This record gives sequence, structure tokens and C-alpha cells, in this order.
Amino acid sequence: MKYVDEFRDPKKADRLLREIRGLVEQIPVCRARPLQIMEVCGGHTHAIFKWGLEGLLPDRVELVHGPGCPVCVLPMGRVDDCVALAEHPNVILATFGDAIRVPGSRKSLLQAKADGADVRIVYSPLDALKIARDQPDKEVVFFALGFETTMPSTAFTVLQAEREGIRNFSLLCNHITIIATIKAILDSPELTLDGFLGPGHVSVVIGTAPYGFIAEHYKKPIVVAGFEPLDILQSIVMVLRQLAEGRCAVENQYRRVVPEPGNGPGLAAIARVFELREFFEWRGLGSIDHSGVRVRDAYARFDAESRFSLPGLKIADPKACQCGEVLKGVIKPWQCKVFGGACTPETPLGALMVSSEGACAAYHNYGGAHLAERRRAASPEVAA
Amino acid sequence: MTSPRTVRRVRDTRITLAHGSGGKAMHDLIEDVFVATFDNADLDALEDQARLPLLELTAHGDQLAFTTDSYVVDPLFFAGGDIGRLAVAGTVNDLAVGGAKPLYLSCAIIAEEGLDIALLRRVACSMRDTAAEAGVKLVTGDTKVVPRGAADKLFINTAGIGVIPKGMSIAADRAQLGDAILVNGTIGDHGVAILQERADLGFATKVASDCRPLNGLVATLLAACPEVHCLRDATRGGVATVLNEFAAAARLCLRIRETALPIRDEVRGVCELLGLDPLYMANEGKLVAVVPGPDGERALAALRSHPYGREAAIIGEVEEAPEETVVLTTLFGGSRILDMLVGEQLPRIC
Repeated sequence: MKYVDEFRDPKKADRLLREIRGLVEQIPVCRARPLQIMEVCGGHTHAIFKWGLEGLLPDRVELVHGPGCPVCVLPMGRVDDCVALAEHPNVILATFGDAIRVPGSRKSLLQAKADGADVRIVYSPLDALKIARDQPDKEVVFFALGFETTMPSTAFTVLQAEREGIRNFSLLCNHITIIATIKAILDSPELTLDGFLGPGHVSVVIGTAPYGFIAEHYKKPIVVAGFEPLDILQSIVMVLRQLAEGRCAVENQYRRVVPEPGNGPGLAAIARVFELREFFEWRGLGSIDHSGVRVRDAYARFDAESRFSLPGLKIADPKACQCGEVLKGVIKPWQCKVFGGACTPETPLGALMVSSEGACAAYHNYGGAHLAERRRAASPEVAA
Repeated sequence: MTSPRTVRRVRDTRITLAHGSGGKAMHDLIEDVFVATFDNADLDALEDQARLPLLELTAHGDQLAFTTDSYVVDPLFFAGGDIGRLAVAGTVNDLAVGGAKPLYLSCAIIAEEGLDIALLRRVACSMRDTAAEAGVKLVTGDTKVVPRGAADKLFINTAGIGVIPKGMSIAADRAQLGDAILVNGTIGDHGVAILQERADLGFATKVASDCRPLNGLVATLLAACPEVHCLRDATRGGVATVLNEFAAAARLCLRIRETALPIRDEVRGVCELLGLDPLYMANEGKLVAVVPGPDGERALAALRSHPYGREAAIIGEVEEAPEETVVLTTLFGGSRILDMLVGEQLPRIC
């Protein structure tokens, strides 16, 4: 298949893996402990597992699966707000499909739908706007979530609604920002990361300049990466090369898609419609300053938070969950106390088990064999 | 021979509640749309039950196979098939993969008030044609009408009876170490066909459903390779789900190779774009077979000799560990687990 198979060539993958093994020999810190590279984006986590890349890397390179799954990090209280909206008799709640199973403290949107709420799956916020246009007697609320990747489409939809004078459309805004999140991880005292694979889709919108502080201030290499297996392997090579040469810079492996300045009109639309919140609550990570956006006052009539009264309760993460430690790379998903027991993809307890892009769900769905091997290796007496 | 009766005609163009009332309208509908179309003596008798001579059954073997399935696909007509073809082929396939020769089917419909009768007629014709292709008879049936909104257009249930020849024992727990795993052609076609019908995705090429009866193909396979260990049609949940069922039942590992999987470029393309996995996409004319390792090539040749198995492939082998697990060897030699699907990829696909 054109434009796909080129990025999945096993021979080229072999060459990159050889290069990775060679570079590891040249990085001094590798002799003391494994190198830790975090892929920030859930799409990368998914691809790494789908293609079995982790098992192909040398033992001294560890991938740490970051917080870049916007569905996973949604706090329970926000899901409860969304469910409360959906249960409003005159509301049609439009959502992306992957948010429908996220558990709230009472129920998920899927359960609310079964209980009679009008919940519709859409592929674009414009689909939600169309529902509002077609059913003017109903209030249509779009469950807006995602990093900067999906922010422009939400912003443009609000601007379109304004142009058309549509009065029955609003959004429950849960958009989050990537830079504040990476910064929170870098400021964590337990941090042992050596470098980052930067998120490809977010960077299409924000460009590469905002990552400058990671190299300058925190002295860590970051390479914006594509999502095909060769993209990921090549990006790892680029991070390792920086480490081997003692450099740290922002580099762009995904140049065929990511323009260095980002998407100007998209950024302008975001700036027009949204403003930073002082802080936003994350599942697993707690409150992070300036990590979310809200709808500006000028567009308040499209903001479900001002149109409706919402419970707005803060629900603590389940105590047994160790999502935060997994997110920061302090422990591996399978080292969590509830992994695979109380917390499974069918009955997710923690954020990272919720969406297929969550690290724990990926481990659970794809990583079992590899995991079993590692466990056996770690405790040979069990195998015997 | 009995002389042909005068067939009563339906004059309405749409189904009304009267067509489910048990009165004249219902009799007209049944006779005109179903009895006249299916056209066989067993049905013509219009008794409350079909009467099947035991002698005819025992001539084929010593075990009766009996199965039922309901069909609720949306839309009713799609590229490569329709609910009628699906309702016959699906039940025939459930019998065939047990090694049974499918013989008789029932047909019960639940129609929504307002359904176009011409459409119902097309569905009945499609059932007749598919039954003829599969060599089975539609011998008994039922018609119910529910008020508008109480069902979506048309639901069909078919039950089927077949006979399993003496000595045949195909079962999920019979997979053994060293067995070869085969599929009879490209995977994921039906799921993608339905998806394309539903969402206006604007793709230039259209994938047709693989909806078809597989009893002929299974007979060809069993003739060439009587020692088939496991056989199952990969409908909802796709090939990955069937592999998991086999692995769990036999308490072994089924390892398949990504490079060996037959997948159409169009199906791969749609799945890539929408983040779906062809291994979990539904099929309606694909089966997974597990045969003794040494018989693998012979089984493959047999499948490929049949029109519904031209693109058959050996996709993997049965291994010892990890137990009860399906492992995929990726393009790069990496491994990943193919687990059971959580939730659903798409609702109402069959």
C-alpha cells in the first residue's frame, strides 16, 4: 500500500536497529543503567506495541510511555459532569467514540446511553454542529477533548456556529496542553528520563519551537516523531545520536507532516476561542498549572460550563492506582499493584487502562507474551 | 405431482400491522412473498411444522447438527450481499464448520410496520438463491409485524438442521502442537463493506462483503484432509477472536505471522485510516482451519481449488507456550499478543 509500506520496510528497520545497538555502546550512562526515552504521545505507545518494537530494542534502551492519551488522563469528575449533561432530558451529547467507555464515579457515557441518555458518536465536532442545525429544539453539547491536535477543529466549529447564528450548540471543554504537561514531568523529583520522542500530531499544530525549553533548560534531547514503525525507530536513533554526541536539541523526524512553525490559521483560531485555565486536574497526575484551556468569555454562549449548571465535583483517583508513577516512568505498568487484577481493559480502574492508547491497556492487550518472558527471566524459580 | 395452487397476491405496497394479525392479509403475504418464492413441497403444505423423513437424515450420518442465528444487519442491502443472503449463508456456515451437511433451514422474520413489500420480496428472492447455491431447503417459517419504531425495518432468524457423518469430530479443543493454521481468503471484507455503507467516507474504491455459504468449500477441504482438527467461521470479532477461542479450548499457543495474512489493500487502507484492525473485523465467508502440520499444504491446495478459497493461506502454527494465547509475529519479527476484543468495533454488522 503506497505511502504506508515504505515506512514499514523490515530491511530498513533492521538497519536502524543495528544503528541503535551501535549508538548504545557509545553512550556512557548506558553502562550504569538502561536509558529511558519517553514517548509522550499515546499514538506512539499504541504503534510501539502494535509493531512489537519494544522487544526488538536492546535491553539498555527502555521506552517510558507518557501521558499523551487525552482520554486516559480525563479526571473522573469531568466524566461525571459530562454524564450529568447527557442525562439532561433536552440534551444530545456528542462525543468521540473513545471517550464513551471512560468510567465516571457513577457511570460511563456508554452506561448513560443504555439508561436512556441521547449520546451520539461523532468523528468531528462539525458533525455535532450538524446535529444542532438539524434539531434546533434540542441542546447539542460536544464533549471536546484532546491536546492541541484537536483544538483547532473545535475552535473552528465554534467560529462556524457563531457565523451561522446557531444557538443550541455548546461544548464541554476538556482540551489540554502538551507543554505544561511535559514541564510537570520534567519537574518531577523522581525523574530519570534521558530524552523524549515528541508528539507528531500535536506538533503539526504547534510546530517545534515550543519544545525549545526541554533542550535549553532541562538539557534533554527531543525528536518529534512520526507514527509508522520506521519513523519511531529513526527517531530513537536521532535521540541516541544526540546523547552519544553529548548534544541536546529539538529535532524533527516527522518533517513530511510537521512544519517547523506549526499551523498558523489553526493556532490563530485556538487563540481566538480559548484561553489558558489557571490549572487543570489530570487523572493520575493531579493538578497541573496552565495545562488546560477554557472557552473565552466572548464565546461563553458556546460554553456548556456557563450554559448549564454542572456538579463540578472533584473525585479522587482510586487509592490503589499507581498511574502517576507509571506515567513518569518510575514503574512499569505491570509493576502496578492492580495491573491485570482489579484493573483490566474491561473494568479499568486507572486512567492508563481506559483507552487503547493508554500504556497499561497497551501492555495488557499487546504485551502479555513479552511481559511473561520478562517476568520469567526476573524470577527463574517460578519458571522452574 | 400436485397441481399448482392459485397463489394469493398481496396488494399493499407496505407492511401494515394487519400483515402480522394472523388474518387474510398475513396469509396473502406469506403465500405471495415466501411460499411462492421459496417454492418447495415441504413448505407448500403450510402445516405448523415441517416434517422431515428420518431416513433421509440418517443416510448422511449419525449426528444431528442444529443451530440458530438472528440477523439484524444495517443497512439491509450492502455491496456483496443483503440480509437475506446473510441469513441463509450464516446459518449454513455454522452447520458446515461442524463438519455437518446442511439440509433444512427455517426462516422467521420480524418486520417493522411500513416496510416496503417489494424490498421484502427482494430479500426472499435472495434467500431462495442462496439456499439453492448451498443446496438447502427453507422448510418452515414465521412472520411477525411490530409497530413502527419497535424494530428497525427487518430482522430475520434462521435455524438450521444438518447431519454430521459418522466418525467426524471437529472441535476447538482438538488443536495440537505443530498443527497448521489456515484461512480461506482475505480477511475483514464484510466489516469494511458495512462500514463503507454506513458512513459516507468518500473512498474511491468500494469493498464488497464476502457473504457466502461455505459448505461446498468445507466439503472440498474435508475430502482432501479428513483429519481437520478445528474449523470455525470468523464472523463477529474476526479471525483474532476465533484464534483466541481455539487457543483457550486447547490450552495452547496459536502463533500467526503478520506477513502471511491475506488482506486486501482497500481493507488495509480503510483500517489504517480509522484505526481499526482487520484481524478483528467481521467476515461472513471466511473460516479458520487448524489441521495436522503435515497436512497443511494439502489442505491449502484443497481450499485454493474451490472458488471461495482462491486466496487461502497458511497463516501460522500451533505452539506450546504461552498457553491459551494468540501471538502475532509482526513484520519486523517482534511479537505481540492478539487478545479478545474489548467492547465492539462496530455495532449491528450481521
